[in-house]
Amino acid sequence: MNFKKQFNEGLLTKNPVTVQLLGMCSTLAITTSLFNGIGMGLAVTIILICSNVLISALRNFIPSQIRIAAYITIIAGFVTVVDLVLQAFIPALSESLGVFIPLIVVNCIILGRAEAFASKNGVLASAVDGLCQGIGYTVALVIVCVIRELLGSGTFGGGLLNGGEGIRIIPAQYPAMQMVMPVGGFLVLGFVIAGSQWLMKHLEKKNKKKEAAKV
Amino acid sequence: MKAILGIIISALLSENFILVKFYGICPFMGVSKKIDTALGMGMAVTFVMALASAACYAINLVLVALNLTYMQTVVFILAIASIVQVVEMFLKKAVPALYKALGVFLPLITTNCAVLGVVLVNVQEGYNFLFSVVNGAAGGLGFTLAIVLFASIRERVNKTDCPECFKGFPIALISAGLLALAFMGFSGLSIF
Repeated sequence: MNFKKQFNEGLLTKNPVTVQLLGMCSTLAITTSLFNGIGMGLAVTIILICSNVLISALRNFIPSQIRIAAYITIIAGFVTVVDLVLQAFIPALSESLGVFIPLIVVNCIILGRAEAFASKNGVLASAVDGLCQGIGYTVALVIVCVIRELLGSGTFGGGLLNGGEGIRIIPAQYPAMQMVMPVGGFLVLGFVIAGSQWLMKHLEKKNKKKEAAKV
Repeated sequence: MKAILGIIISALLSENFILVKFYGICPFMGVSKKIDTALGMGMAVTFVMALASAACYAINLVLVALNLTYMQTVVFILAIASIVQVVEMFLKKAVPALYKALGVFLPLITTNCAVLGVVLVNVQEGYNFLFSVVNGAAGGLGFTLAIVLFASIRERVNKTDCPECFKGFPIALISAGLLALAFMGFSGLSIF
C-alpha cells in the first residue's frame, strides 16, 4: 500500500473532478458558496469511505452479474443515513443542497471507485482510496466555489464566516450575478480543468528535466 | 390543461434539466461527441424518465401508506435500475431494431441523475399521476434538446484550434456555458 501515491492520485493526477471528470452534476450545481462546497465534499467523502469499505469487505460474496445493483443498494443505504443525519443536525446545509444529497446515490465517483478500486482491493486500501478521492473531490469543489462566490456574489466563505454573510471583498454593486447561475458553473469549471491540465503538463516537464539532469 | 402546458414549457426550456438544473451532466458530457449518439441517448432517457415517473408515483403511494418515506432514495434507485433492466430485455425481444439503436445507452441510464432527479422532484412538488408522467417525458425531451444542440456545437468546436490546455473537456464545458447563457434567456418564460 502506498499512501503517498494514492494521495497524490486523488488530489491531482487522478483527481475525480478535473481528470476523471466524474460527479459533474454536483460539482456544477451546488458550488455557489464555500459552505455548500465543504458540506457536499465532506458528505461525499464520508459516503465514499463507508461504501468503499463495505464493498471491499463483501467483494468475494457479491456475484459479479448483480454487482452493480448490489453496489447501488449499499451506496443508497449510506446516502440515506447521511441525508437523515444532515436533516437532523445541520438543517441549513440540508436545505441549501436540497435534492442533490439524495442524488449522491448516482454520483459516478462513488460507483466508479466501487467498480474500479474497492471491488479489487483490500479493506484498508479501499478506505484510504475513499479518503484520498474524497479529499480530491472536496478540494476541486472548494476551488470552484471560491471562484464562483468571489465573482458572483463578491464574498468569501458565504454561509460559514461573518455570521453566514461571508466576508465582502468586492462591493455589493459590482459582482456578476451570472457567475452563481448555471452559466458561471460551466465557465468556471472549464477554466479550473484547463488550469489543472496546464499544471500537470508543467509538473511533467519539470520532472523530465530533473531526470535528465540526473542522467 | 394550462398547468400541463406550463409544466411542459418549463421542463423543456426555462427549467431545462441539464442547462438550468444540472441534472444528468455526466451523459451530457460523455455521450455528446456525435449528433446521432446524442439523439439515441436522449430518446432512451426520455422513455425511461416517463416510465420511471409513472412507476415511482405508484411506489411512493405505497411508501406513504406504510409510513416509510425515509426509504425513498433506496427504493426509487432500485426501481429505476430494474425498470432499465426490464426495458432492455423487452426491447431486445420485441423491438430489436430499437434495441440496436439504444442498446449501448440503456445500462448507463441507471446512473443518470436526471432520472432519479425527476422522480424526486415529482414527489417533492406533490405532482399527481398525470403531472408526474408529463414532467418526466417533457424533462426527457428537454434533455434531448440540450444534448443534441450541444453535440452539434461540439462537433465543430473539436475541429477548431484552441490553446493546448483547453483542448478536449475544458473548451466543451465553456461552450456548454455559452449554451446555458442562451437558455437563461428563457427564464422569464413563466406564462402561467
